Amino acid sequence: MAMTMTEKILARAANRDAVRAGENVWVDVDVLLTHDVCGPGTIGVFYENFGRDAKVWDPDKVVIIPDHYIFTADAKARRNVDILREFVAEQGIRHYYDPGTERYKGVCHVALPEEGHARPGEVLFGTDSHTCTAGAFGEFATGIGNTEAGFVLGAGKLWVKVPETMRFLFEGEMPPYLMAKDLILHIIGDIGVDGATYRAMEFAGQGVHALNIEERMTLCNMGVEAGGKNGIIAPDSVTLDAVQARTDKPFTVVRNDPGATFHSERVYDLARLEPTVAKPHSPDNRAAARELRDVKLDRAYIGSCTGGKITDFLAAARVLKGRRTAIDTFIVPATTRVLGALHTERVGGETLAEIFRAAGCQIGQASCAACLGGPEDTFGRLNEPLRCISTTNRNFPGRMGHKEGEVFLASPLTAAASAVTGRITDPREVL
Amino acid sequence: MQDNIRGRAYVLGDDVDTDQIIPAHYLTYNPAIPEERRMFGVYALSGVPAARAGLPEGRRPFVPEGGEPGEYRIVVGGRNFGCGSSREHAPLALDEAGVEAVIAESYARIFFRNSVNGGYLIPFETPTRLVGEIRTGDDVELDVREHRLTNHTTGRRYELSPLGDILPILEAGDIFAYARAAGTLK
Repeated sequence: MAMTMTEKILARAANRDAVRAGENVWVDVDVLLTHDVCGPGTIGVFYENFGRDAKVWDPDKVVIIPDHYIFTADAKARRNVDILREFVAEQGIRHYYDPGTERYKGVCHVALPEEGHARPGEVLFGTDSHTCTAGAFGEFATGIGNTEAGFVLGAGKLWVKVPETMRFLFEGEMPPYLMAKDLILHIIGDIGVDGATYRAMEFAGQGVHALNIEERMTLCNMGVEAGGKNGIIAPDSVTLDAVQARTDKPFTVVRNDPGATFHSERVYDLARLEPTVAKPHSPDNRAAARELRDVKLDRAYIGSCTGGKITDFLAAARVLKGRRTAIDTFIVPATTRVLGALHTERVGGETLAEIFRAAGCQIGQASCAACLGGPEDTFGRLNEPLRCISTTNRNFPGRMGHKEGEVFLASPLTAAASAVTGRITDPREVL
Repeated sequence: MQDNIRGRAYVLGDDVDTDQIIPAHYLTYNPAIPEERRMFGVYALSGVPAARAGLPEGRRPFVPEGGEPGEYRIVVGGRNFGCGSSREHAPLALDEAGVEAVIAESYARIFFRNSVNGGYLIPFETPTRLVGEIRTGDDVELDVREHRLTNHTTGRRYELSPLGDILPILEAGDIFAYARAAGTLK
């Protein structure tokens, strides 16, 4: 029976020869990911249901990456990290990345592959909706709740409904003014914020396979903003290089069978796409950046699992080099590795950090920071009703802190170009 | 699972995301600690913009300023209810605030799964749009087994979609009880 990549991964995890979209199956979990916001609740559910002396099903398959509320004076946020510390000590969990130490990483979805925990063919569940980011590595990755994660901690398995797959093919070559963010915002604009609910979104075509692994992560990352269960990209040499550089754990590459059945297929010509923006207050409220040139801004924010990777800052630096920002501009590297790269990666002889500082940007610590608002002392948080262009993933009311704030989602190129002019700007105007 | 739920309805629109249901700055409360868990009920739906809070008029906060939650037992929404962040604090907050069921045209999948697997509330789907039909404060009654909603304020009745695959989990109570009964969990 011909299966999609997602069906094949779930069939193997369910110890079945084949599964079909629409079936409910119990699958064995390869990695469970959690963080400081959902970890404490998950741990509570685990002990409550399995008993105070319970042990996790496999301490090597649990990855805990605190990232949300790290650089804050909030007492409860700090207490929550202490709960994680106590848990990993009790359970002998090695894959823990403690804030305030050399091991601290930052945003879990970017740190997970950096640390070699994203591998083709596996099943990854995480207590965060952007867990789907890891589909870029050719695995089944999706977000779950605390109760489900508490269940997985004890049982090592979870029920899932096998999703149908929507395919999105990008043909042609990526123009220098476009980024993966433009592609995914374009798709979400087409199908809507519930256009892929309960389905897998597969990204394919020459245009996708020409992208580096970070850009592929951006595509899969925002699949959830169309309601998608998981995003997935077939592994190729780019994937294998990225995985093998980070882990020597064995894995199985899985691809679609010839003749597999898909829900639908959409084909895009990259030459016809334009720098794209999602206007407030929904990721599917699409416009071309050039149509919004009269929209004046108060702030630019470049960061998060979606737009705070090395590729994102290289793109922003191309625009900001030798220029000054006209509005407050916040640079938030996703991880400590990305922060390090700001001091080693160069554009035209200058490091990214030098370029950003000369442009007048503020550079923050590696974490989720203001992408989701957070405590009031969070770096870059909208504490007033400001209008912000952001490389993050959601622009719901109040998402970045203030209920009357306005967030425009865009690529790092568009955000940087807009930071220079103080209004929404198509990067072709400044490049 | 209760077979019958009667109480006041609270009506919202489309794409009610989990940041609106429980804003991120309250996520530092730990639901595993009872006195902190309560706080999710106090702040439930506090992120909904005023104009969209309690339709059709709006400006009817789910929990009155400085007051206690518990006025509403059934929440009515439009499309894509519970989209966005995977935070389970969202259905938990509605549960803590006394909500027993949500009736929406469609759900984001993580909210839907969390509602069922965590045993917080019953997520009913409605084939017809009830936003606009039902007003915040209406006296409504849900016959869970017959998947039927009666609006006692207007006398109208509505057929909802059958619960299907999730019914056995709702009947068991949550994913743990379900898996134990099915022998999946020893």
